[in-house]
Amino acid sequence: MSTLALPYLAILRARFVLMLQYRAAAFAGFVTQCWWGVIKVMVLAAFYAGHPHQPITLAQAITYTWLGQGLLGLLPWNADPEISEAVESGNIAYERLRPVDTHSLWFARAIAQKAGGTALRILPMFIAAAVVLPLIGLGEWSWRMPATADAAALFAVSITLALLLSSAFVVLLNVAVTALKTRRAANIAATLVNPLSGMIIPLALAPTWAQGFLFWQPFAGLVDIPYRIYFGNLAGAAALEGIAAQVLWVALFMLAGRWWLADVWARVDTQGS
Amino acid sequence: MAQITVENLGKIYRIAARDPGLAGAFRGLFRRRHREIVALDQVSFSLEKGELLGFIGPNGAGKSTTIKILSGILRPSSGRCEVGGLVPWEQRVQHVARIGVVFGQRTQLWWDLPVVESFELLRDIYRVDAVRFAKTLERLVDMLKIAPILDTPLRQLSLGQRMRAEIAAALLHQPQVLFLDEPTIGLDAVSKLALREFVKELNRNEGVTVLLTTHDMHDIEALAKRVIIIGHGKVLRDSSFEAMRNEVLGERRLIVDFAGDVGDVAVEGAQVRARDGRTVEFAFDRASTAVHALIARIAAAHEVEDMRVEDPKIEEVIARFYAMHGAVDA
Repeated sequence: MSTLALPYLAILRARFVLMLQYRAAAFAGFVTQCWWGVIKVMVLAAFYAGHPHQPITLAQAITYTWLGQGLLGLLPWNADPEISEAVESGNIAYERLRPVDTHSLWFARAIAQKAGGTALRILPMFIAAAVVLPLIGLGEWSWRMPATADAAALFAVSITLALLLSSAFVVLLNVAVTALKTRRAANIAATLVNPLSGMIIPLALAPTWAQGFLFWQPFAGLVDIPYRIYFGNLAGAAALEGIAAQVLWVALFMLAGRWWLADVWARVDTQGS
Repeated sequence: MAQITVENLGKIYRIAARDPGLAGAFRGLFRRRHREIVALDQVSFSLEKGELLGFIGPNGAGKSTTIKILSGILRPSSGRCEVGGLVPWEQRVQHVARIGVVFGQRTQLWWDLPVVESFELLRDIYRVDAVRFAKTLERLVDMLKIAPILDTPLRQLSLGQRMRAEIAAALLHQPQVLFLDEPTIGLDAVSKLALREFVKELNRNEGVTVLLTTHDMHDIEALAKRVIIIGHGKVLRDSSFEAMRNEVLGERRLIVDFAGDVGDVAVEGAQVRARDGRTVEFAFDRASTAVHALIARIAAAHEVEDMRVEDPKIEEVIARFYAMHGAVDA
């Protein structure tokens, strides 16, 4: 292990292990996600019954839904709770006492948190929606396999970028919380992330005139782009374009986070104890 | 060359302020007013390697601000300082790898992790070599007697246990300088004694430079040969502990237990400070009154059972010092 990366990998590992311990939370989450998955699938079925001609098929939209339920933990709804708590208690000062780059440290921690939370939930959801549903004769409503081997490979790249994008955004939220000294600074996240990522309805079902904007705004890279790559709706050049959009936003979030954090540290005043 | 040099350090905090009442709150929506608070004003001092310096002052005097600047957390508004040749807020990463910091009211360990896992995480964060880490840990565990709590998550420790773990955590990377900001706050008497003993030993045997702030005068009395008194952001006094005590209070106390009921005990050269039955406390100025002469005069006039000479209590010394400089709690 290179000594340069050692502190960041250590934090990543510790956090990941910690996330895996939250079994009870993961189970409760799984039940809720199944429930929401069923509701969403029913809503989609009703919608497609009236309007069958859509850019993605009903089967694809259902796969989209189950993928979304399984990968829910990947979404950046909030700042790192540990950072929020440290900001409100004043412990945040200790972050400055570590001989490491704070942005990288927070990034490593966010990756571990998002990946750890997801690792626990994806498997049961996959078993329920991709294995059990077809076995009990509900294959029509199930989570399908990737369109092609190419789609699977590109999806692997794209979902990794989604993890990085989500983590870079979490760090940005951490910085916002630190700058404004309240965890409520991150409340805006869910409002942006839920509709714009495609988590509420697949972005492909939005009006045609909005498609250009929806594709290039940052949050499509969290859900819509990787999922459409998965079932082949984005393939070839379109898939690469989607991946380019993700790379672009990861880079921009990282740069913005670094710049803002440097500014916050320069002005931080922790008067009193 | 001094290990820590601080020159004309100044720090001004800008605090948002608003006028009282609903109207004030509305005005605040459009126009923010800021109040400036001078936390440090032209603070200068230097510290040699291996020194143990105590920083005392009332709340809001600037003790913590000084430590935060020296440890690289805050930028000063003016002035400069160097620790081991590095400017803390400019060469932060390099600097913090060489110092240890403990804030008595904060924690740097992970709440949910067993103590030893926090230590291992710190080992990786500070890039401490595994062999060296094992040696340091063994020594610290032994000195601080924390072997029984290593496997316990931080949240289940008592404050005394936690503070010992915190101090061990701050020393795992063998820093040359240790900053302790109110390390004994909230501890019971036994834990305080153990902590002071440890800090003393660390300073004496390992040559670690220690800068400590405290409210507890006994900490200073037990530990620091040199004391800086700070009030309203200014250094009021920088001297040896003894010199400070002598300067502020030349007054001493003579406490006499008389053998029988005595009436008037007035004596030349001393005033009666307190009287409790047959025990009388005299106050005298050691510059103008020799203690042996005073004792002789009292013993000649009355039958005496026991007597002892005391210095005034350290709290009194400091309280008088603040009063002299108008540095009350800010």
